[in-house]
Amino acid sequence: MSDPKTDKPEGVPTRPAGRRKRRRAAGAHIFVFLAPALLIYTVFSIYPLIESLRLSLFDGLEDGTAVWAGLDNYATLLFDPNWATQFWRAFWNNLVLFFIHMVVQNPLGLLLAALLSLAPRFGSAYRTLIFVPTLLSVVIVGFIWELILSPLWGVSETLLGTIGLAWLYQPWLGLESSALATVSLISVWQYVGIPMMLIYAALLSIPDELIDAARVDGLGGWSIFWKVKLPLILPTLGIVAILTYIGNFTVSFDLIYSIQGSLGAPNFSTDVMGTLLFRTFFGQQLQVGDTHMGATIASMMFFIILVGVTIYLALVQRRLQRYEM
Amino acid sequence: MTRIMKTTTATLALCVAGAAALAQEATLTIESWRSEDQAIWDDVLIPAFEAQHPEIDVQFTPTSPTEYNAALNARLDGGTGGDLITCRPFDGSLALYQRGQLSDISDLDGLDNFPDFAKAAWQTDDGSATFCVPMASVIHGFIYNAEAFEELGLEEPETVEDFFGVLDAIQEDGTYTPLAIGSADQWEAATMAYTNIGPTYWNGEEGRQALLDGSAEFTDPQFVKPFEVMQRWNNYMGRAYQAQGYTDSQNLFTLGRAAIYPAGSWEIGGFNQQAFFEMGAFPPPVEAAGDTCYISDHTDIGIGMNAASDAPEAARTFLEWVASAEFAELYTNQLPGFFSLSNAQFDVEDPLAQEMISWRQECESTIRVAHQILSRGEPNTWNNMWGVSSNVFNEASTPQEAAQTLQAGLESWYEPQQD
Repeated sequence: MSDPKTDKPEGVPTRPAGRRKRRRAAGAHIFVFLAPALLIYTVFSIYPLIESLRLSLFDGLEDGTAVWAGLDNYATLLFDPNWATQFWRAFWNNLVLFFIHMVVQNPLGLLLAALLSLAPRFGSAYRTLIFVPTLLSVVIVGFIWELILSPLWGVSETLLGTIGLAWLYQPWLGLESSALATVSLISVWQYVGIPMMLIYAALLSIPDELIDAARVDGLGGWSIFWKVKLPLILPTLGIVAILTYIGNFTVSFDLIYSIQGSLGAPNFSTDVMGTLLFRTFFGQQLQVGDTHMGATIASMMFFIILVGVTIYLALVQRRLQRYEM
Repeated sequence: MTRIMKTTTATLALCVAGAAALAQEATLTIESWRSEDQAIWDDVLIPAFEAQHPEIDVQFTPTSPTEYNAALNARLDGGTGGDLITCRPFDGSLALYQRGQLSDISDLDGLDNFPDFAKAAWQTDDGSATFCVPMASVIHGFIYNAEAFEELGLEEPETVEDFFGVLDAIQEDGTYTPLAIGSADQWEAATMAYTNIGPTYWNGEEGRQALLDGSAEFTDPQFVKPFEVMQRWNNYMGRAYQAQGYTDSQNLFTLGRAAIYPAGSWEIGGFNQQAFFEMGAFPPPVEAAGDTCYISDHTDIGIGMNAASDAPEAARTFLEWVASAEFAELYTNQLPGFFSLSNAQFDVEDPLAQEMISWRQECESTIRVAHQILSRGEPNTWNNMWGVSSNVFNEASTPQEAAQTLQAGLESWYEPQQD
């Protein structure tokens, strides 16, 4: 740990005179090095974002041309009963999905990371195995789980039967009451490896001297975890939380689309912002795609993510105490 | 000298002819969602066309059905769409025409070979412009395992009560799941259940037209009754049918584990390959013996030309061929279950397809109730029908609630229904 007293404060007179010149020369380099990333980011991320915001302010006519509509599309989405019910239902389902990930996926990731960090050598096989599903295609994961849970060909009922719990079996993916939770848990199964890896890396970066010092001071394993390790990895947990928040609006679509279709079956119980956006933008059977309404939903997703991330940055991130190690 | 002259002239003539042939040569690509038909197009249909028109080279380049609409729109907007576009019926294609992406082909001679109801699926509302040649319709009904019926001593049911009698008998025996249908994918509930048995109650076209002009509502008894019948179905569907999807139902039937499959005729091709038993088919049962039967004979697939095609003349030539009797016969027999809408007379070879197409003579034909105009607004009636039909199966809605949802959705934007 560095001592703040040895750091020189800004504007100390002992600074060499040539420093300013050198900084200006370095500026050109910085621009050159940033340019490729900035260019790619602008073309593939910022420009489409602005274009999609622009699209949401227009309304399409039958002949394919567009007219200025101002905020009409937003008003329709939020206040027209047909759109508003769909929108708020999808938003609510996204929140449920986020909640399930926060209470199941992230604590599980923390637990696995903590266990792995206790026995790095023994755990490496498990570490790989738990991480592998995150690399699989969502379509494959969806298909596998659909088969496992299928009432006709699935093994879940047989497996439950071997421990005498066959009566517990339900067609979970097909019931309104359980479909969203089931899909969330499939997603947790697939992605638990990511928080685990992030937290595991943070845990490994804690120097042994700190742990040794805590032990010398008389703390047991449990207290060391709560009082030393957890405060040190809090910034990582914060990042995990914000990644979960963003991911639940963007990543959730793939899995739900592949398992439950773009109408979020059964009876819209798994309809999220992503599926609503997809069927509005691209159309669904007889529903003709509406790029402008679709762009409006996409923009709302952007604003929701923006607000969430801003709140997090303003209220949480700044208060997190960072320790140099 | 003259010989040299002659040779030169001949060579020149050949060159000119060659250049002319080259100039005429055109390549056409067909956009389609029927990826399973690739082999039939490549091996039978395209060679048959190219035999008559060697100067035109045709490629069949399908996209998967769920991606088709999105991918096609993107390609047409980006100017990379194929020359020939396989048309979904009604509004999807109408929108493409209104945006100037499909050509008006009203003056195509071959269109005279089709009845008006067939062309209506690909015309403007006033019928003034036609933009796709009708290719085929699909017919709904029930396909059954004939060996299972024989084993249990059952006969094709004629009335609704006969139908439930048959289901009871199969249930009692216990060897087979009586009905192979689930509600997980939702669309089967609307397509193979509601619009399959519904026309019997709303008298086909009569009921559909009444909805269109506002003289009937979804909450009227003739539109609620099919939901009530469907509610009785779920006692006979597979256990945990709520998580049974479309392919699950197909497999359940073709593996011989279910006795009756509420079907669309498009299944015939696949079932012929997968199922190892004799199959039969019966039309939707009627309420009382001797009543007129109604079938859903849905205009499902057409083909039009991209307005931005590089080879419009070649594309027209191809469309004329699609409208010909030769194509009608080839297509219907190569793809049993897709029935040409052409007036041309020809023999259907597949026994199951023959049975289903014969219903056109015995029964009154109609199309799916939500497809023309009624699914133009938001909320979309057809999407709603998927939802409420599977809700009825799942006991999440009563038949009355299902009908009310449909009616409320339609009333919210469709003027003729508003007073």
